[in-house]
Amino acid sequence: MGSAMARALAQDEGVDARPWVLLAPALLALFLLMVVPMAIIFVFTFYEYIDVAVDRPAFQFENWRWFFEDSFYHYAIWQTLRISAITTLVCALLGFVPAYFIANTTYRHKWLLMLLLILPFWVSFIIRQLSWVHVLGSQGIVNAALLWLGVIDEPLRLLYNEATVVMGLVHFLLPFMILNIYVSLEGIDRNLVSAARTLGCTEWQAFREVTLPLSLPGLAAGSLLCFVLAGGSYVTPLILGGPDNFLFGNLIYDTIMMELNWPMGATLSVVLLVLLGSLVVIYGRFMGLSRLYKSLN
Amino acid sequence: MDSRKRLERLRERYLNGDLERRSFMRMLGLAGVAAGVSGGVLGGVSRQAFAEGVEIRFDGWGGVVSEALRQHAFNPFEEATGNTVLDRTFGGEEEVLTGVRAGQVGDYHLVHSSGVAWYKRWIDADMGVDLNIDNIPNMELVMDALVAPFRKVSPDFLSAVPYDYGTTGIAYNRDHISDEEAQEMGANLLLHPDHQGKIGGWTDWQTRIWYAALQTDQDPNNIEDMDAVWEKLREHRGGLLKYWGSGAELMDLLAKEEIVVTEAWSGRVAALQQQGHNIGYIDPPNSYAWMESMLVLKGSPVEEAEVLLNFMLEPETAIAVAEGQNYPPSLDPNKVEMTEKVEALPAYDASGTLDNLTFADPEYWTSNEADWKRTWGRIERGA
Repeated sequence: MGSAMARALAQDEGVDARPWVLLAPALLALFLLMVVPMAIIFVFTFYEYIDVAVDRPAFQFENWRWFFEDSFYHYAIWQTLRISAITTLVCALLGFVPAYFIANTTYRHKWLLMLLLILPFWVSFIIRQLSWVHVLGSQGIVNAALLWLGVIDEPLRLLYNEATVVMGLVHFLLPFMILNIYVSLEGIDRNLVSAARTLGCTEWQAFREVTLPLSLPGLAAGSLLCFVLAGGSYVTPLILGGPDNFLFGNLIYDTIMMELNWPMGATLSVVLLVLLGSLVVIYGRFMGLSRLYKSLN
Repeated sequence: MDSRKRLERLRERYLNGDLERRSFMRMLGLAGVAAGVSGGVLGGVSRQAFAEGVEIRFDGWGGVVSEALRQHAFNPFEEATGNTVLDRTFGGEEEVLTGVRAGQVGDYHLVHSSGVAWYKRWIDADMGVDLNIDNIPNMELVMDALVAPFRKVSPDFLSAVPYDYGTTGIAYNRDHISDEEAQEMGANLLLHPDHQGKIGGWTDWQTRIWYAALQTDQDPNNIEDMDAVWEKLREHRGGLLKYWGSGAELMDLLAKEEIVVTEAWSGRVAALQQQGHNIGYIDPPNSYAWMESMLVLKGSPVEEAEVLLNFMLEPETAIAVAEGQNYPPSLDPNKVEMTEKVEALPAYDASGTLDNLTFADPEYWTSNEADWKRTWGRIERGA
């Protein structure tokens, strides 16, 4: 019946409406579950904050004025961009080698390596983050081992700093980076590397001149995913960070959940959405989003 | 005799061992059928009356508190009534308020609410209900000193029953800090120069400001020099390892010796001590005392909630919960005989007047809350 309707529509309009008919349920779900809530949040940014947990509908720009004039928020944005960039860089450096290995291995059971890659996703994100407390804590494995070996006399302070926040984010995001690079490497025609070698390139030169440039789209897609996901995080700094280590998401959480200032919280949410969304738009403009879909599939 | 009395008598016989479990359950089932026929079909009352059981959502602090409530209050209540208590946990009551705001009336039922200030907020938000105190006869056993502040907020009705009280004092690791030193330093123990980087603190704005007021020799319920308070908060932050956000995190940080001193909830410290950790606890002069209530929100199954509240205030139940969660019950020691364990709990007041505890003035703190929260939020992040 659906296809009959689509055909009828196509005849009437002179265009093929079948894709739209097929996409309609997904678009409707997206509209209702994403566009509408985001629109509500946007409307909330104009509400007037009266007192704790009390606000009233209005059309005024006080929340936006607060955001633009208060350097506290600007610092939080800078901090978020900086930590996200460091995380992305570490993910890229750590992720390339395993991706290259998986893509080029002749091991019969390559699926097993892929399985190992996604294995962390089977464990709760919170548990994975908390596990670092038992590894790096004062009574954790690292300190216990160093104390036992006599290397140190007192436990080292390894937790609750920026390095542990970055590490927690890398722990969470590394598989995304590896998958993207792997997809890119898998798509490279092996004959190109062979041709480079026959033309006199060393193995390193062939990698540098052929493999690396051709894998850059995957690296870029992985970087985008890691950056956006890191920038939107707030749980990792809560668990593994100290008082100085926070992201913009933590400010949103505090403003909504602690200060109970929902209009300002909505404003900050829109800011983060625009900030990270614009990165996706820029990426899409220059690289195309199709590679993202490919790696996610 | 109404069904409530029958239920209580039945439960009493069961708890006394006069009734076998199988008989108890059979009689409960018959009572349920009778209630369904007479009250549900014939009476035309709500469909909840003849349903197999009503679900009551409870939101509490989790950890040992929820464990105690589950074991000593909810499980027996469920067995006795056939109703179900779905217990959830929160890190702060703000989460519940946000959930209520984002959801619908009736999504949340019973909240282990913290303090009179929060009670005022719920009442101001028109989220209270008018509890029929006649259906909660055990309210007579509750200390007047605990009921009065709630009555002051809502003179014509009560939407909550006071349930326990305690203090947020200072916990310290005795391997690093002696009891004498802790007593001598009082609130300034949280600024101890020898333990910089091993100090913790609750992220809660009110606790932070309360202790900063004590550190600057000010009355927490009448702070005159807020600049000095903010400065103390910055000083405290300078030596801090981490602000903790939940009781579980507090216990973990203390137990693993990540921190050696922090302000802490008395009950959580008692739980750590019972686990064998060498943790000391002091209440400095004017330590932060609080009372907690079982708050019933608008949209709840009120009658069932009243039964549950009465059940929870039953002396043996309330005392068992108190021993489990390590906070004294709201019951008046002049009316109910307490156990030795309860009498030994931190903050326990044998007089039943609570005159020796300093509670936050709800009017004072709520009137300053918006500004102070905002400033604290910035100091917390290093601004």
